Amino acid sequence: MSTFFLLTVTGFGLGAMYFLIASGLSLIYGLMGVLNFAHGAFITVGSYGTWWASVHVFDGVHSTLWRWLASALLGLVFGGVFAALVELVLIRPLYSRHIEQVLVTVGLQLAFVALVQGIWGTDAQTVAVPAWLHDTTNVLGARIPNDRWIEIATAAVVLALLQLFLRKTRYGLIIRAGVENRAMVQALGIDVRKAFTLVFAIGGVAAVIAGVLSGVYFNVVAPEQGTSLLIFAFIVVVIGGLGSIGGSAVAAVVVGLVQQYTNYYASSGIGDMVVVLLLGIVLLVRPRGFAGAVVGARA
Amino acid sequence: MTALRRPLVADWLWPLVVFGALAIVPKLNVSIPKLFDQPISSPGTLALLASCLVFGALALTYDIQFGFTGLLSFGHALYIALGVYLSNIAITDWHWRFWQSILFTMAVSFVLANVLGYVSLRVGGIAFAMVTLAFAQAGAVLALKDPHHWTHGEEGLGADYTKLPHALVGIVNTKNLYWLALAFLAAVFFVVRWAVESSPGRIWQAIRENEVRVEVLGLRPHWYKLQSFVLSSTLAAAGGIVYMLLYNGSTLAVTQPTFTLTLLLMVVIGGAGSRWGAVLGGILYTYLNDRLVAVGSSSAVEGLPHALRTPLEQPLFLLGVIFILIVLFLPGGLAGLAHRGRRGGLRQIEAAVRPSTEGA
Repeated sequence: MSTFFLLTVTGFGLGAMYFLIASGLSLIYGLMGVLNFAHGAFITVGSYGTWWASVHVFDGVHSTLWRWLASALLGLVFGGVFAALVELVLIRPLYSRHIEQVLVTVGLQLAFVALVQGIWGTDAQTVAVPAWLHDTTNVLGARIPNDRWIEIATAAVVLALLQLFLRKTRYGLIIRAGVENRAMVQALGIDVRKAFTLVFAIGGVAAVIAGVLSGVYFNVVAPEQGTSLLIFAFIVVVIGGLGSIGGSAVAAVVVGLVQQYTNYYASSGIGDMVVVLLLGIVLLVRPRGFAGAVVGARA
Repeated sequence: MTALRRPLVADWLWPLVVFGALAIVPKLNVSIPKLFDQPISSPGTLALLASCLVFGALALTYDIQFGFTGLLSFGHALYIALGVYLSNIAITDWHWRFWQSILFTMAVSFVLANVLGYVSLRVGGIAFAMVTLAFAQAGAVLALKDPHHWTHGEEGLGADYTKLPHALVGIVNTKNLYWLALAFLAAVFFVVRWAVESSPGRIWQAIRENEVRVEVLGLRPHWYKLQSFVLSSTLAAAGGIVYMLLYNGSTLAVTQPTFTLTLLLMVVIGGAGSRWGAVLGGILYTYLNDRLVAVGSSSAVEGLPHALRTPLEQPLFLLGVIFILIVLFLPGGLAGLAHRGRRGGLRQIEAAVRPSTEGA
């Protein structure tokens, strides 16, 4: 029972990271029709940005907690600006040419990973985080690593903030309307392109948070880490329904849990296969995903 | 008459001349100092040229579905990896004869392409890209986890050279491998020429332009897309076997999603939907990927400040940047340079992947 509980919490922790990545991907796809491979680069900005800042910028700060938090904050600023710049410089000139937009993000992702490997090498780097993050707490007889709670709580806060933003603000309204019917929003005289940049920046920041947390979850940061997280986030987005934040949240938890349970109870690697199988079934039986736009029709 | 004769010359005679000229390369005893470190006929240079030719062919197989049919797949690596691994597993792990292994691999890849193609083509556009990516990822996990101890996971699987034809083993026989790669490229090239100009091939291109219209004409796009997908994937598996022979074994690199993405880069750099474009893109990409490492460590770059030197030492960074520039400014790729003013390359494929809410 304690193992089951540990797997459940860890599954939620993994799902939290998937959600942070998938929420941005889902909004970007829903609004702009762009499958954003550069999200992998945003994750890397988060993981490497935090590591770099904690070694080079805030190395004078004695408390590990404050050093980590300050580095993570700097990473967030980097990531948000970087994501907005990607949209302005690379995506906007190709407005309404979806395939070329996707290809540009693919090129950016490959080039970015190569650049990170060139500068810091292919080896993994360890991020200094407060020691208590890697301590365990005894809950219901299971020894749960503390960082899992942080991941889950962060994702919950981001989910709440995103929902608030989408439901209560004017830009949120424009984004929701744009996901439903972009042509109509434009016909009403609203400049959707501002919303594009905004969605990219928001999605970028969420992916950066995932990158920061991945440095804690996996203990290390590595250049290829973003790419492997990205693939599962894609699966989450499709299962959850493109353009739906709530759908992404549910799908992220389902995928995280399924992966943890099957990797433990069946054998390592089976979890990844089962998730792929799940994707296939969802797409064939219910191309809409749990919620959101019809995948086949939109694409 | 001239109108009839031109495609004959351009499509069959010119390629024959080019491939014929490439065939005598191993017999040339010259060195080209800047382009290659060693003389052309040396095993090192021939091995590089052979991998350029194989990648030219693999890029062309990808172009069948991407450039000619408008199917954006992120899972082409699955079929290449199948050719690379299954043929080697049959030879080395199961101790089968060489020809049996080849035939078995081709049969399996044909069946798998039909099954997975049938399933994944039920969805279109970006969703198709996702499903193919997921299947390829499943294949990559299978090769890595190695449940039956066949692929040897991260170690890779070296081929049992005693089972391979003697003419294809050893450094002295590098020229034979070069000819094998060239013959494979030529075969793929002519198969693609024949396929895309046949009547189903015309329908593939019509689907790329406007799938709804094809459907209105009373044809079933699903069936024709499946044809294109199966041809593309089966040829890719055959290319995987050549790849395995060339590299003397199998490694996990071919199973990775990034491997498909590099094929996509090759096709786009060369020019999507163009036979010469895809081949040229594959050759050029592979050559640059190999040679840019040498540029990175050359004395000219050595003198540069550290901040400039690091990116120049990473071929994939430079190729990624070149790729982005080509997508932004030259969507027809290198082949587009030859046909200025004609709508080609990526612009042709646009309609096939565009969300239909706007396209219609």
